[in-house]
Amino acid sequence: MENKNKKASPWKSLQFGLAILAGLLVYAYGFQITKVDLEDLRSERRQESLTRAVRELARPEIFEYEQAEEIINAPIYVPCPTGEVPSLPEPDKSGPYLIVTPSCAAAGETVRVEGYNFAADTKGPLRFIPGSDPTNVVEIGRDNVQTDADGSFVHEMILPERLSEDVQYLRATLRHNVGTPHLTRTAYDTWDKIVETVFLALLATTFGTFLAIPLSFIAARNLMKPVKSPLSSIALSLLGWPLGIALGYLVVRWVNGLSDPFAENIPVNLVSILLMPTLVWLGIRWALPQEEITQPPLNLRLARLGVLFLTILVSFFGLFQLASLARNLGLAGISALGPFAFLGNFLFQVGDIVSIITPALGGLAAGAALSSLMGRIGLRSAEKLTSASVKLFNIVFATLAGAVTFGLLGQLVEWLYRIDQPWYTLWGPVLTGALLGLALAVFTKAKDTLPTGLVIYYVTRTLLNGLRSVEALVMALVFVIAVGIGPLAGAMALGLHTIVSLAKLYSEQVESIMAGPLEAIQATGANRLQTIVYAVIPQIIPPYISYTMYRWDINVRMSTIIGFVGGGGIGFLLQQNINLLNYRAASAQMLAIAIVVASMDYISSVLREKYV
Amino acid sequence: MLQIKNLTKIYDGGVKALDNVSFDVPDGQFLAVIGLSGSGKSTLLRCINRLIEPTDGQILWNGEDITKASPEEMRRIRRKIGMVFQHFNLVHRSKVITNVLAGRLGYINPAWSLLNRFPKADMEKAIKQLERVGIADKANQRADELSGGQQQRVGIARALMQDPEMILADEPVASLDPVLAHSIMKHLEDINDKDGVTVLCSLHFLDLVHRYADRVVALNEGKLVFEGMPREIDDQKFKDIYGRDAERVG
Repeated sequence: MENKNKKASPWKSLQFGLAILAGLLVYAYGFQITKVDLEDLRSERRQESLTRAVRELARPEIFEYEQAEEIINAPIYVPCPTGEVPSLPEPDKSGPYLIVTPSCAAAGETVRVEGYNFAADTKGPLRFIPGSDPTNVVEIGRDNVQTDADGSFVHEMILPERLSEDVQYLRATLRHNVGTPHLTRTAYDTWDKIVETVFLALLATTFGTFLAIPLSFIAARNLMKPVKSPLSSIALSLLGWPLGIALGYLVVRWVNGLSDPFAENIPVNLVSILLMPTLVWLGIRWALPQEEITQPPLNLRLARLGVLFLTILVSFFGLFQLASLARNLGLAGISALGPFAFLGNFLFQVGDIVSIITPALGGLAAGAALSSLMGRIGLRSAEKLTSASVKLFNIVFATLAGAVTFGLLGQLVEWLYRIDQPWYTLWGPVLTGALLGLALAVFTKAKDTLPTGLVIYYVTRTLLNGLRSVEALVMALVFVIAVGIGPLAGAMALGLHTIVSLAKLYSEQVESIMAGPLEAIQATGANRLQTIVYAVIPQIIPPYISYTMYRWDINVRMSTIIGFVGGGGIGFLLQQNINLLNYRAASAQMLAIAIVVASMDYISSVLREKYV
Repeated sequence: MLQIKNLTKIYDGGVKALDNVSFDVPDGQFLAVIGLSGSGKSTLLRCINRLIEPTDGQILWNGEDITKASPEEMRRIRRKIGMVFQHFNLVHRSKVITNVLAGRLGYINPAWSLLNRFPKADMEKAIKQLERVGIADKANQRADELSGGQQQRVGIARALMQDPEMILADEPVASLDPVLAHSIMKHLEDINDKDGVTVLCSLHFLDLVHRYADRVVALNEGKLVFEGMPREIDDQKFKDIYGRDAERVG
């Protein structure tokens, strides 16, 4: 053993040496690539500007004093006039005054300036005023003076090359702070923007979380793997989606049309909003009995389906009425509420959002409903029919479903890239889809179940991973184009990124829950939805809260820079000030970011401790 | 009457957990399932309510073939079969009462479950079941605040909520001390006696089998190696069931 070790040793040392050499090479090349060169740092100019920048960064522009100025002029001749020097008036000694000796001198000569009766310990420039106008704003020179405790100073200054036969002036502008310090303009701007930043992050996080939760369930392997369905069911539910979306959208638009004539009528709004929930509640109570021991007869079930459909129509009508009420009240509120006009605006915007997304939502809901209904029909027929008829069923509907799905995808490609060749974007995909569906129907056993859940799982995962790799900053660029420069673009970009990254984190939590309770709840006869509500959700609440907090933290930090690309928030201000070399203002904004991030950190750790 | 016919389960890895197992269980019987760890007891019980899909064979319950049931039919079958687990399988962060109410999920319309609503009658029933197992005072505590014995009683109450006609108990007392084990077994015995519920209970300790079971089936490496009365297990049978080197304890 020892012998073996000894033998290996020179080879090992060589290896080690080579590894170090390779490492050195890599670093050497790295230096070249990253242009490591400290020559610049040694130059005096750099050091000077660095010092200035650091000093300014150290003094964030947050507080300032009101400044009191004492401006006093004193006459002087440059050069001395030929002949007799005209006598200069005595300075008024009741207030601050300057005495210049001698009262005339050639350019480049030194004169002695004495100041008296100024406020004690004040500072300011002592400048030469060219021309003979004492109110001239042009000042020459870089001299600064400072008064002593008695309010006087003595300064020797060199006269500049500004020659005139007339009298010219020297001006002392002495400033001092008065009163208590107050916030600067920068501080107010920073406050405005940091509030915007925090709310931007809040909106992005809450919306992101809401949408990430359902996504996380379909991106969880342990929940999706057992989901299997026969081809007949898959084909019918695939067909159900586009059909349901189209029908749902049309129906909801129709309801919208019914609601529109009453949109401006607040009493009708109010009455329908009060009446709708009651009707909906009654409808649901009747159509969805809480417990059912025996299977009800078919006609009762059909009647229930009809009532449920009517209930949904009624509730959409109510939703549109609610939207118009919110808009009406919002508009009234904006003019009536004064400082709380933002509440009115909020109502109006919420109403607007509801009225915009309701048809889409209705379409999606109808798509889901029809798809699940048709899926169930497919499932039932796979159970009840003979193998041969299921096979025929599969062949017909799988071909149809494949054609429709691929055709729609082709149309999406057409819309995106505008290829304008129906053979590539319509007939080709339709044919391919039909053939694929046919092949699937022919080559699978009629009643076999296919791993639908896993397919959905992989598609969702791929989409999530793809979107997650696009940084929120890049997404913001797209949203800036969609909704314009401003915090909304930033909120949408951060929201989208929150959805995809939280969905992944959440789904990993779902995958690591204890299987025991899941099994126990399933054993009671609970269906998939009930299993999620009673066995999955209670287990994932703590990690969900902590991940949401963490994301909120990330979003606050991200929202501080999303402004760099026009996404609103404090980043815009920060970038502007850095570009203007206004480091004191930039420093104030960085301080604000640091404070917000640190307090977020503190708050989230407190909350986590409390609820998790 | 539960009839198991030629039941076989082969897992994805090729492991044969059940090998052509057949036996009948008359209604109202307390059947003990014994065998070494890994002999297929848990698989057998889980095949009956299809938490595990059997590979081959039939399970007939009152004439209905469980193995052929559609998801909708399975829901109706499962809600009549209560299940009790070795590790209790309560949802830890939920309240005890919620855990018990979960036994009702097979009856509840899923849309109402989304809103976390149970009918009033079920709430009262849940309290009654908790009273029956003697822990009504714990109803509003979190499930993980309870001791092991108490958690298993919640598990039994949950099974009782289903108005079961059969209870599958998968080593219900294996994680409990002997005193608690007897108290849990007495609850199962009581349910079997008073409510006429068929009980299939896998057990490790033969003294428990002798004390509580009407009949015994024994599995060894997925095969049925014994079927009969508890007192019929003599030393020879014991060695058949547990292997040649096994020694009797308790």
